[in-house]
Amino acid sequence: MSVSETKSMNRRFLRTPMREQIPTIRKSNYHEVPYGYNEEEAVAEAKRCLQCKKPLCVAGCPVNVQIPEFIRLIAEGEFDAAAKKLKETNALPAICGRVCPQETQCEGLCIVGKKGDPIAVGNLERFAADWERSAGKVAVPPMSPKNGIKIAVVGSGPAGLTVAGELSKKGFDVTIFEALHEPGGVLLYGIPEFRLPKEIVKQEIDYLQKLGVKIECNFVVGKTQTIDELMAEDGYAAVFVGSGAGLPSFMNIQGENSVGVYSANEYLTRANLMRAWQGTAKTPIFKGKRVVTVGGGNVAMDSARTALRLGAEESIIVYRRSESEMPARAAEIHHAREEGIIFHLLCNPVAILSDEKGFVTGIRAIRMELGEPDESGRRRPIPVKDSEFEINCDVVVIAIGNKPNPLIPTTTPDIEISRHGTIVANEADGRTTKQYVYAGGDIVSGAATVILAMGAGKVAANTIIQDLLS
Amino acid sequence: MSNAILNKENLAASAWRYRIHSPKIARKRQAGQFIMLRPVPETERIPLTIANADAEQGWIEIIFQVVGRTTMFLSGLDVGDEISDIAGPLGHPTRIEKFGRVICIGGGIGVAPLYPILCSLKDAGNDVTTIIGARSKAHLILEKEMKEKSDKLFVATDDGSYGHHGFVSDVFNQVQDAGDRFDSAFVIGPVMMMKVVSSLTLASGINTVVSLNPIMIDGTGMCGGCRVTVHGKTKFACVDGPEFDASGIDWEELIRRLKSYQSFEEKERNEHQCALVQ
Ligand SMILES: Cc1cc2nc3c(=O)[nH]c(=O)nc-3n(C[C@H](O)[C@H](O)[C@H](O)COP(=O)(O)OP(=O)(O)OC[C@H]3O[C@@H](n4cnc5c(N)ncnc54)[C@H](O)[C@@H]3O)c2cc1C
Ligand SMILES: Cc1cc2nc3c(=O)[nH]c(=O)nc-3n(C[C@H](O)[C@H](O)[C@H](O)COP(=O)(O)OP(=O)(O)OC[C@H]3O[C@@H](n4cnc5c(N)ncnc54)[C@H](O)[C@@H]3O)c2cc1C
Ligand code: SF4
Ligand code: FES
Repeated sequence: MSVSETKSMNRRFLRTPMREQIPTIRKSNYHEVPYGYNEEEAVAEAKRCLQCKKPLCVAGCPVNVQIPEFIRLIAEGEFDAAAKKLKETNALPAICGRVCPQETQCEGLCIVGKKGDPIAVGNLERFAADWERSAGKVAVPPMSPKNGIKIAVVGSGPAGLTVAGELSKKGFDVTIFEALHEPGGVLLYGIPEFRLPKEIVKQEIDYLQKLGVKIECNFVVGKTQTIDELMAEDGYAAVFVGSGAGLPSFMNIQGENSVGVYSANEYLTRANLMRAWQGTAKTPIFKGKRVVTVGGGNVAMDSARTALRLGAEESIIVYRRSESEMPARAAEIHHAREEGIIFHLLCNPVAILSDEKGFVTGIRAIRMELGEPDESGRRRPIPVKDSEFEINCDVVVIAIGNKPNPLIPTTTPDIEISRHGTIVANEADGRTTKQYVYAGGDIVSGAATVILAMGAGKVAANTIIQDLLS
Repeated sequence: MSNAILNKENLAASAWRYRIHSPKIARKRQAGQFIMLRPVPETERIPLTIANADAEQGWIEIIFQVVGRTTMFLSGLDVGDEISDIAGPLGHPTRIEKFGRVICIGGGIGVAPLYPILCSLKDAGNDVTTIIGARSKAHLILEKEMKEKSDKLFVATDDGSYGHHGFVSDVFNQVQDAGDRFDSAFVIGPVMMMKVVSSLTLASGINTVVSLNPIMIDGTGMCGGCRVTVHGKTKFACVDGPEFDASGIDWEELIRRLKSYQSFEEKERNEHQCALVQ
């Protein structure tokens, strides 16, 4: 093989790199970490795609994005058309391009990945959506005539936003009810600015409002009005519940209510929604010199990286299994490492230590080893005898998971709830056990992903259209 | 318009009563419930009890004391202004039944949340004795309203400027010494007051309910910042409370957690006072 041949081989199998803020600088600002592809980079990457006849990537995508088609349009320089192609199946490509776990979905199955780097589907998705937005090409799609049928959507996370968009396009009169004072769900209060700029979320919501979707914030369904009242008194023909998994789990260990122990939800909410990081913000947050975050998912990575940006000198992740079992996106673990997050793997807190005033001074942890796989298929962590040790810190963030919010389940008597507290809904159509009430997203699946929530929203929207228009 | 301030009244030193147009909340609310309120976007979300409401006219009332930045901003609004955000009614309503003889004890701004409970207790046919207290006469609120609803009313001030000279706990002891017996007690006020007073009522074998006021952020069960320990279990006050059985509360923990942000809050207050002086 000649030198030039090897080179072109390599190019074929090497991903066009994404330019990023360098770790030493970005760890003290909130700007987005990757800059995104420019046009040349996007075209170069798109040209690597083999345009498979039977694309494996699509099978890995929960909403069946027409991946080779949109990539071909990018390769041809038809960026606007690429964005429109994406939006046929995915209403929020700018968001998904940034937060989907591509390595286990489309990119995980891409045929090129067998020999080299898989095509950077996520980066390309983000590129097309960003291009469309910054070129001012976002257009209101063809809309069906108004049919006057009122639909209530509970929650403004990705599931609710998707349902609202789909139904509005079909002529329904859609109102989203959101408990908090701003719409967006986890996209707003959970995932931090440096990973998903809030401006993008805001523009997606503005777009929905252009489609005619109404959003009523500060409305806690179940409390302000129940689902039954919305239907019987206010004339909503159907209700979609996308209320998410917003109830933080704690570890139930000694010292957990000490001052300086946060759930990740509280920590990230104080930082994101209440803007503790902005100069004008007035919501206090303990910045912490040494912050310990417990957990191994995206939520833990986000908390640990937020701690750095709030000024922590050391940000430590404590996780009870090993890196290969971590549920976080590969990119997040990689970025966290680059930024200097310290990983204490295979250990678990057994107590939180505090001083006489109740302020956190550290954690006591125990080492773990991996045993047989459990029901999740991951190897079960088992404590190692007499291996306890202490880590000094002044803030602890608990990021070990979220459960479904019980507000709707407890105020909607005739809806079936699983023993995990999730709403029981049929995966194939989004129907619950209550007529004309549909559900999807984390409230049904338990804490999952943005794209699965959107997929469930789309399924439910189609069923609602069927049930109400035929 | 929704959230507009319809009426503003100064009840006592730094205590205000606002009537707010809020038809949906007015229709649903029950005694013991609260709202999350953000006066203007630059402030925090804070919990305030719904002190009164009229479903037909579509208003709710809040009574609040200026203690820090957000309540200071709130007190700066006027009739006609719209409050940026109000969500509710939140929390479990008070469990009201015909208990028989009930004692209601309120201290400071805690008299405000006690008022709707008193009204509901009377509606349910209870005989209610009420004790309210404040630092001084100038700080006392709702005396007239409480008197109208209660079968008996006692007032105490710490400095003796009005009513009994001393604490509401002293008055409770006197009432008991005089031979009065109660089937149920509701105690609301500053944490120290609730701790002390409920220890007395419990010691007399009276079932006692207190309304806890930890720091809250969302008020919908999403953050866990409001967690309190009751009978050894962690509870979220916003969704599991705010009222709890007084006999199981870890008061020391609640006091520590309420002080979490003291240094931040003092800084805020000082900055504000400077701004006021300038
Ligand atoms: C910190 C963090 C990082 C994450 N990172 C990723 C990632 O990188 N990639 C990924 O794919 N997924 C990620 N996830 C998971 C993903 O965000 C969720 O799976 C997804 O948002 C679920 O969408 P949803 O629409 O079901 O609910 P949510 O986004 O949770 O939205 C539910 C909304 O409903 C509102 N609500 C709840 N109850 C009521 C009520 N009674 N009345 C009115 N409104 C109500 C809530 O306030 C909320 O706004 C992350 C989650 C967190 C917390
Ligand atoms: C369910 C519930 C109902 C409430 N109802 C009322 C009411 O009807 N009227 C009323 O005046 N207040 C009520 N409060 C207390 C009120 O929420 C606080 O006074 C308010 O949050 C203070 O905000 P700030 O920004 O003005 O003061 P900050 O600057 O936040 O605090 C100033 C001082 O108040 C203390 N503080 C902060 N938060 C609370 C709190 N949640 N409870 C008690 N002290 C606190 C601080 O430790 C500090 O000393 C209630 C609290 C809860 C949890
Ligand atoms: S599997 Fe890979 S190479 Fe084939 S179409 Fe999908 S992205 Fe392109
Ligand atoms: S205030 Fe957030 S859970 Fe109660």
